[in-house]
Amino acid sequence: MSEIFGIPVAVILGQLMLGLVNGSFYALLSLGLAVIFGLMGVVNFAHGAFYTLGAFAALLGLQYFGINYWVALLVAPLAVGAVGVVIERLLLRRLYGLDPLYGLLLTFGLALIVEGSLHQVFGATGQSYPVPESLSGGVNLHFMFLPLYRGWVILASVVVCFGTWFVIERTRLGATLRAATENAPLLQAFGVNVPLLKAATYGGGVALAALAGVLASPVVLVNSHMGTSLVIVVFAVVVIGGMGSILGAIVSGLALGVIEGFTKVIYPEASNLVVFVIMALVLILRPAGLFGRE
Amino acid sequence: MRATAILYGLLALFALCAPWIGIYPVFMMKLLCFAMFACAYNLLLGFGRMLSFGHAAFFGFAAYVTSWLITAHAMGPGLAIVGGMAVAAFLGLVIGGLAIRRHGIYFAMITLALGQLVYFVCLEAPFTGGENGLQGVPRGSLFGIVPLRSDVILYYLVLLVFVAVFLFIRRVVHSPFGQVLKAIRENEPRAISLGYDSNRYKLVAFVLSATLSGLAGSLNALVLGFATLSDVQQSTSGEVILMTLLGGTGTFFGPVVGAALILTLQEYLSDIVGGWVTAIIGVIFVACVLSFRRGIVGELAALRVERQA
Repeated sequence: MSEIFGIPVAVILGQLMLGLVNGSFYALLSLGLAVIFGLMGVVNFAHGAFYTLGAFAALLGLQYFGINYWVALLVAPLAVGAVGVVIERLLLRRLYGLDPLYGLLLTFGLALIVEGSLHQVFGATGQSYPVPESLSGGVNLHFMFLPLYRGWVILASVVVCFGTWFVIERTRLGATLRAATENAPLLQAFGVNVPLLKAATYGGGVALAALAGVLASPVVLVNSHMGTSLVIVVFAVVVIGGMGSILGAIVSGLALGVIEGFTKVIYPEASNLVVFVIMALVLILRPAGLFGRE
Repeated sequence: MRATAILYGLLALFALCAPWIGIYPVFMMKLLCFAMFACAYNLLLGFGRMLSFGHAAFFGFAAYVTSWLITAHAMGPGLAIVGGMAVAAFLGLVIGGLAIRRHGIYFAMITLALGQLVYFVCLEAPFTGGENGLQGVPRGSLFGIVPLRSDVILYYLVLLVFVAVFLFIRRVVHSPFGQVLKAIRENEPRAISLGYDSNRYKLVAFVLSATLSGLAGSLNALVLGFATLSDVQQSTSGEVILMTLLGGTGTFFGPVVGAALILTLQEYLSDIVGGWVTAIIGVIFVACVLSFRRGIVGELAALRVERQA
């Protein structure tokens, strides 16, 4: 069985693989969005911009300071996360208690600032980031050829996603976080520093986006608008999955990536549209989202 | 009250004289089209408190339909604009029907995603000319009588349409329908418990807003002679939000002020600051949300109320 519907199995598997890589990015980004929204009630429109910022941090770190990929994987999310903490302290904090729409608008403005500045400074053409040497090449699995780097991206994101899930659902820190989403003033009365918790959460969510950016930099062209359309797809993923559940964000991110990859094989013209069409269907059949509670 | 009347009088005088005092009429027409767009948007955001992030879909798609009807079917401009509005209304019915199933931020995300869907359709559909868009759209003559080639004649037509739309929106907001819409904005569960079918009111508001946005887009395409992808892009949706927010959501004249400011900024500032315009627009967004959420007109009105009190 080397063909299905006249399409070579290797091609199908290759596209599913690409889909899974995209799905990993969707999962990492929607996870960060869900965590931020859960605790702060802010829909972070700047999420795509932070993803871009992560990729640029890796690229510039390599070009100007010779920071290698593995160090960048750690340093870039930390740096971008620190930017996130500053933004939360200076700007977002002022909007707590107001209509959540203002948070959306503010972060939209932030995304414009970040992406507009990057575009102006680095131009519109993308730059490529070299695949680290230890992950270049691939292995022949006999039924398909697996490029090592792509395999690494999937593995790394799955580990990070479930690590985050574990921290939030199974640890003391996570319990505190969940308590803060439930009833922040009460938690504060118990002596927990809730404002610090919020700043750290925003920084953490944003760092996840930056991590996705670093992971993506060797497989996409690094440019100022790499996050712009991505964040829209991620929003659709979040509407499909429902923002209430962390596991839901991870699962729907990966699944939609695969579906998108599969669409590329059978009907390439629709591959850009399929996530939005699925979102429309979910809205008709189950308005609260697959894993959501209204 | 008298101050407002004088202000409106001066503005009307300015609008009437604009082509004769050295203001480039095409710029004025573009400004009026975007002011119309922002007013239509404000009907939804200001009076229905529905934050749509996909309004460029209606503006841009209607622009495509109108341009396509004129270039491929040799239709007159009047009918072509009506065609663009009709398609925008239908699109509004579909997108609005889906989006009002959720509230608040979800509504925003859904409209954003569906707007992007329309963008991809425009990018790939055969009739839109892909990356090039539809260019060289002739203005023709209105209903075969009024030739529109002259900028000045077209300007007065656009001005007339703008004033009609402006007054129409005022009328809608002050009608019983508009009152119910505002009641839903303030407290939806209570409006429902009073027996109003809130989803129906919201959908009608959405379709109205989409249709008028389509009118603005169609007129804009006729004025400029082309329809391109930038009309349907998410950045255009962002711009109309900013115009409304900057001028003042829920005020009648705010969106016009916002549109005038943003367009003037883009037109004249781009010579000075070059490509920084996007970042500057982002800064204005942030400043608006942080420090004057009522917008320019809204803050002025609040100031006047304070002084009278």
